[in-house]
Amino acid sequence: MSILDKKISELHQLLHTKELSVTDIVDATFDRIHQVDDKVRAFLTLNEEYSRIKAKQLDEKLVSGADRGLLFGMPIGIKDNIVTKGIRTTCASRILENFEPIYDATVVERLTAADTVTIGKLNMDEFAMGSSNENSGFHPTHNPWDLSCVPGGSSGASAAAVSAGEVLFSLGSDTGGSIRQPAAFCGVVGLKPTYGLVSRYGLVAFASSLDQIGPITTSVEDNAYLLQAIAGNDPMDSTSAKVDIPDYLASLTGEVKGLRIGVPKEYLGEGVQSDVKERIMEALKVLEGLGATWEEVSLPHSRYALATYYLLSSSEASANLSRFDGVRYGLRSDNSNNLIDMYKQSRSEGFGEEVKRRIMLGTFALSSGYYDAYYKKAQKVRTLIKEDFTKVFEKYDVIIGPTTPSASFKCGAMTKDPLTMYMNDILTIPVNLAGVPAISVPCGFSDGLPIGLQIIGKHFDEATIYKVAHAFEQATEHHKAKPKL
Amino acid sequence: MSRISKDQVKHVAHLARLAVTDEEAEMLTEQLDKIIGFAEELNELDTDNVEPTTHVLELKNILREDEVRNSVSVDEAMKNAPAQKDGQFKVPNILE
Repeated sequence: MSILDKKISELHQLLHTKELSVTDIVDATFDRIHQVDDKVRAFLTLNEEYSRIKAKQLDEKLVSGADRGLLFGMPIGIKDNIVTKGIRTTCASRILENFEPIYDATVVERLTAADTVTIGKLNMDEFAMGSSNENSGFHPTHNPWDLSCVPGGSSGASAAAVSAGEVLFSLGSDTGGSIRQPAAFCGVVGLKPTYGLVSRYGLVAFASSLDQIGPITTSVEDNAYLLQAIAGNDPMDSTSAKVDIPDYLASLTGEVKGLRIGVPKEYLGEGVQSDVKERIMEALKVLEGLGATWEEVSLPHSRYALATYYLLSSSEASANLSRFDGVRYGLRSDNSNNLIDMYKQSRSEGFGEEVKRRIMLGTFALSSGYYDAYYKKAQKVRTLIKEDFTKVFEKYDVIIGPTTPSASFKCGAMTKDPLTMYMNDILTIPVNLAGVPAISVPCGFSDGLPIGLQIIGKHFDEATIYKVAHAFEQATEHHKAKPKL
Repeated sequence: MSRISKDQVKHVAHLARLAVTDEEAEMLTEQLDKIIGFAEELNELDTDNVEPTTHVLELKNILREDEVRNSVSVDEAMKNAPAQKDGQFKVPNILE
């Protein structure tokens, strides 16, 4: 068993007994990256020299007996839309190819305070727009379970790097499923926290009312560790909630007796593959065996979520991405002779096709004469979608269904069946629109590719999600499977 | 009838400060028309008495004390500037 297959608690024990040093862990991490990343292609930037220095400093701290942070000595990869001071941050876009932030995102500050080692920055779909990592402005990332398949997106590389054992864990961001869908495709654990639980300060904004940063790990326990370190109010993000942060690790009791589960019929309907449905039914049996009960419920407005999401997220994106104008940072075109032309040329040369399409859609939906018909209409439907969840949560503790309707697909295949592609997002998008938290945990395979079980909770009730996810994980063997690379 | 015309697409591109060629405008007209057509399924729902959701958390004005705090230096602020002169961002002609 490699060092990198161990959990945080196990590594901490080995560090404590001096059987292992932080330098050993960081060395093993880079050995693994150099061994497999030319196949997976998860990293855009490696922070190798600094990581080794940081490891030495932490080893000195270990010897001195000084107080150690919650994630002491743990190597982490960070999605490239989260700013890191002095480390290139590109959002996988040519427009930010040479951008070096002058500050750390709040989550990065908190990780530093918890004594982690930032190993490098992870690939993604450009500005987090996409579900396959094929929209990266640099290169696609591959699924460690089958290199001809996509890792999902937009945090595809954040999931692939953890699945391939290149880093112990990573941070991703989730606007419409961008943590949970790649976690499902790569067979790892990914949580989208409640909107407002984790600070968005320093997360390059895509759709500000939907975006959340969250942890991707190999186990539920590690996921709880990571959330513990990053959750909580931040004065630098005025949308960050002022709530008490519970002890997430204390919720991992394995005890789910009496838990009430709602299973939305819309999540097991047309377009969801039969073997995915079978895995979900098996998972519900496991939870029943542990003393939980489940019933079919309805989230009747689910089918309107995708259109609502596209209108709202593109509208917000069109406003957020107007900051990339070639003046203060980022690419500036040489092919212009006045200011307006400079804006247009810089943006057109710097943004990829999908990003431009969404800016166009958003600008249209917000433009004079169309605002009420599209943008405001979508905001109203969002209310109906949110109320669907509120009603179900009056009677049930969690909602369970698949994370995606199918397992990963071949690179380049995404345009062949638009219906399945649309359905891909239909099970994750409603969660963002309602602002509730949800996790994806491995629950088996379809033709050798992983499938994810999605557990959705009430606002700020990540503790119950972790409790259920952990109980399921401990009662099954799915999380023990590793890709062969 | 198409929901968006090529002229509208060119106008929206100008608003979004994107340069589009004639071919790109053609392609975008077709693609946006499809997406907007798909979005029109929301019209099936009666939302006359529904309040819009702009944010899931019910936040009202978040206020803080107006205190002097540290800011970034000019050098830091200029670090990523594509063009600069005398500590200021340099841009092409604004007035012709």
